[in-house]
Amino acid sequence: MARRSQPGNLVTTTIDWAARWAQTQSMWPATFGLACCAIEMMATGTAHHDLARFGMEVFRASPRQADLMIVAGRVSQKMAPVLRQVYDQMPEPKWVISMGACASTGGMFNNYALVQGVDQVVPVDMYVPGCPPGPQSLMHGILTLQRQIMSGEKVTV
Amino acid sequence: MADRRLLETWVSGTEEPDAMPTDEGAQEMGVQESGYRFREQLGAVVTDDYLYEEEVSEDERMIINMGPQHPSTHGVLRLQLELEGEMIKRCRPVIGYLHTGMEKTAETLTYMQGPTNVTRMDYLAPLHNELVYSLATEQLLEVEVPPRAAAIRVLMTELNRVSSHLVALATNGMDIGAISMMMYGFRERELILAFFEKTTGLRMNHNYIRPGGVAADLPPGWRKDVKQILKTIPKRLVQYDDLLKENPIWLARTQGVGVITAEECRAYSITGPILRATGVDWDLRKVFPYSGIGQYEFDVPVGAHGDVYDRYRVRVEEIIQSLRIIEQVADMMPSGDFRVSDRKVTPPPRARIDESMEALIHHFKIFTEGFRAPPGETYAAIESPRGELGCYLVSDGGGKPWRCHIRAPSFYNLQALPVMLAESMVADTIATIASLDPVMGDVDR
Amino acid sequence: MPENPVLEPVMERFPDARWGVSDRETLVDVDRYQLADLATACRDAGFEMCVDITAVDFYRKRRTRFQVVVNLLSHQHRQRLRITTGVPANDPVVPSLSSVYPGAGFPEREVYDLFGITFEGHPDLTRILMPDDWEGHPLRKDYSVGSVPVRFKDSPQVV
Repeated sequence: MARRSQPGNLVTTTIDWAARWAQTQSMWPATFGLACCAIEMMATGTAHHDLARFGMEVFRASPRQADLMIVAGRVSQKMAPVLRQVYDQMPEPKWVISMGACASTGGMFNNYALVQGVDQVVPVDMYVPGCPPGPQSLMHGILTLQRQIMSGEKVTV
Repeated sequence: MADRRLLETWVSGTEEPDAMPTDEGAQEMGVQESGYRFREQLGAVVTDDYLYEEEVSEDERMIINMGPQHPSTHGVLRLQLELEGEMIKRCRPVIGYLHTGMEKTAETLTYMQGPTNVTRMDYLAPLHNELVYSLATEQLLEVEVPPRAAAIRVLMTELNRVSSHLVALATNGMDIGAISMMMYGFRERELILAFFEKTTGLRMNHNYIRPGGVAADLPPGWRKDVKQILKTIPKRLVQYDDLLKENPIWLARTQGVGVITAEECRAYSITGPILRATGVDWDLRKVFPYSGIGQYEFDVPVGAHGDVYDRYRVRVEEIIQSLRIIEQVADMMPSGDFRVSDRKVTPPPRARIDESMEALIHHFKIFTEGFRAPPGETYAAIESPRGELGCYLVSDGGGKPWRCHIRAPSFYNLQALPVMLAESMVADTIATIASLDPVMGDVDR
Repeated sequence: MPENPVLEPVMERFPDARWGVSDRETLVDVDRYQLADLATACRDAGFEMCVDITAVDFYRKRRTRFQVVVNLLSHQHRQRLRITTGVPANDPVVPSLSSVYPGAGFPEREVYDLFGITFEGHPDLTRILMPDDWEGHPLRKDYSVGSVPVRFKDSPQVV
C-alpha cells in the first residue's frame, strides 16, 4: 500500500495502513502466565529464542499498557473472573492468543475445576497448539497474528 | 526489625556517615533469637478479618492485594498484605487460582496413564513428579526396576534439578532487578531441555518415567550430550558468581531478608533448600535413598542463616552436587533392560507384536485396561528441587488408583510466607517469594 | 505391637490404637477423638514435622466413609509414622492438629475444601483451593468429575 513518490523524501500511504503497521510492529504482550506454558513464554522472551527480534519483548506487567494477552496455561474457575477483568482493562485494539491445549480446550483436564477453553471468557484471535507449545510454536502464532493484523483480517477498532 | 537493613539510606551530596557499615556480620544481624517469630505466629494463622487493633489509627494501616496477576508472584499467587507504612504487619497468601483438579483426574486414569497427569503439577520439575508416582505404583505392585532404569531415572531427575534451580536463580534475579541473571539462567536451561527433547520427545511434561521403568532407552550419543552439559554449566556458574556472589546490591537485597529458623521450618513442614539454608542437613536422597541414588557420592550443601542469600547459595551448590551425580551416573551406567521384565506391567516389545497375536492382545490390554494393583495404601517420597515430594496412593484392587494424593512441597513452603514476611519491608516480599521458588501448579494441583 | 524404642512411650499411652509396621514406616490407626492427643505425644517423642495431611473417601467400600491420613516425620530418629483415623459420613469432624503442628494449617483447609471434613479448633477453616462460593466437595466420590462431552466439528451429535 505504501508507495514512494518519485521526487524527494515523501511517502504516501493511507492512515489505515500506517495505523496497522504501527500496531503490528510494537505489540506489547501482557504477562498473563498461568502454568507450564508461562515458562515456555518466558523462555521465548529470553536470550536463546529472543522474541525481541519481532519488537515485542516488552512484557508489560500492567494490562493498561498492553495490547496482546497471551493466555499461557490452564484457566481455573477461580481465575476466569480475574482473566476477564484483566482483559477489560486492556485498551483497544487488543488481541488474545490462547497458548497451549489447556487454554484452548481444557486439554487433558476435562473436569470440574477448569474452564474448558478460554474462548468462553474472552474472544480469542489465535490458538497455539501444544502441551506446552515450544517457543517456535508461540513465535509462529504471534507472527501469524501480526500478518493477519497487517493484512486487515484482524482489526478490532 | 527495621534495624536489620544493611546500609543506611545515603543520598549523594550529604555527609558521609562516620563509620561506614560493612557487610561483615550482616547476615548474623538478620537472624533473630531462635523461635521469636515462631512464638508470635504459633496458633495465630493470619486471617483476613481486617479488624484494626485499637491503638492503631486506620490512616496508618493499609491493606493491599498483590496478585493474582502480578509479574513477580511466580504465577497466580495472591497475597493480602497489611501494611503500616512500608512494614508488613500481616500477610495472608490466597491460593487456588490454578486449581486443576488433578487428584480427581488421577482417579479416572490408569496407573500407566498416571504420569501424564502428575507431570503437569510441578512443571519445572516434571520428571520428579513422574518418578514419585512411579515409585508409589511400584511399591503397590512390589516390583523392582532393573539397574539401568534406576540409573536413567537418577540421571534425568538430577538434570531436571539443575534446570529447575537454573530457573529459580533466573527468576530470583529478575525479581530483584538482575535481568542478566534471567537471561543466563534460561540460556543454560535450553541446553538441558535440548537433551530432554532428544530423549523424551518433549521439552517439558515428558511422561518419560513410568511405572516399571522408563518409556524409552537413552538416545544414541547421549553420553556426548551429557558430557557437553557437564563441561558447559560449571563454567557458566562461575559467571553467575561473578555477577551475584559479591554484588553489593544483590547482598543488600538478600542478606538478612526473609529469615526463618530451623525450628520454624520444622513446625511449618518446610523442606528442601529452604530448610537446608537454615543449616539442617536433611536431604531425602541421603536419608531415605531411592532409585539407587545412595551409591553415588555427593554432599548436602547447607547454609547457616536461613535468609534469601543462603537459599541462593544452597541452590548454586546443589547444582554443582547434581552435576557430580550426573557425571558418576554417566560413567557407571549399567547395561541391560530399561523396563522390568514383569509382563504384567511392561508391554511386549514392538517386534513381538508383529509376529504374535497374543502379544498384540497383551499390548492392547495394557494400554486400554491397564494392570491391576493389589489393594493397599502406600506413601513414596523423593527430594524434588523444592523439597519433599510425596505421593500417597490408595488402591482398591482395580486398574485405577482409588486415591492419588501428591504431597506438594511448594504448598507447604508457601504457608510459612507470613512467618518470613512478618515485620519486614514490603519490597522484601518479592525477594522472599522468589527465594521460596514456589510453582503454583504444584501448590494448587 | 511393633518393636520401636522411639515410639514405646506413645504405644504405652495409647494401647487401644492399632499399631502396625510396613517396610518404610510405622502405622497406627486411632479413634478420631484421640488424634490430637496422639499427635501431641508423637511430637514429644521426636516426630517434629507433620509432613502431610490428607483424606480418602471410601465411598461404599468401608463402613466409616472417610479416612484422614497424617504423615509424620522425625528428623532426629529418621523415621516416618502414618496415623490414620476413620471419620463417619454423618458427622465428619476431626480435632485439628494446627495447635500441635502449625504446618497443618494449609493441608487441613485443603481437606476441608475438597472432602468437607471439619477440623475442630482450626483458626481459619475456609475454602482454600476452590472459590469461596463453590458448592460441594470435589474429591468426594459422589461428586462427579464434571467433564463436559467433547464435541467434534463433523460428528453427527452436534446440534
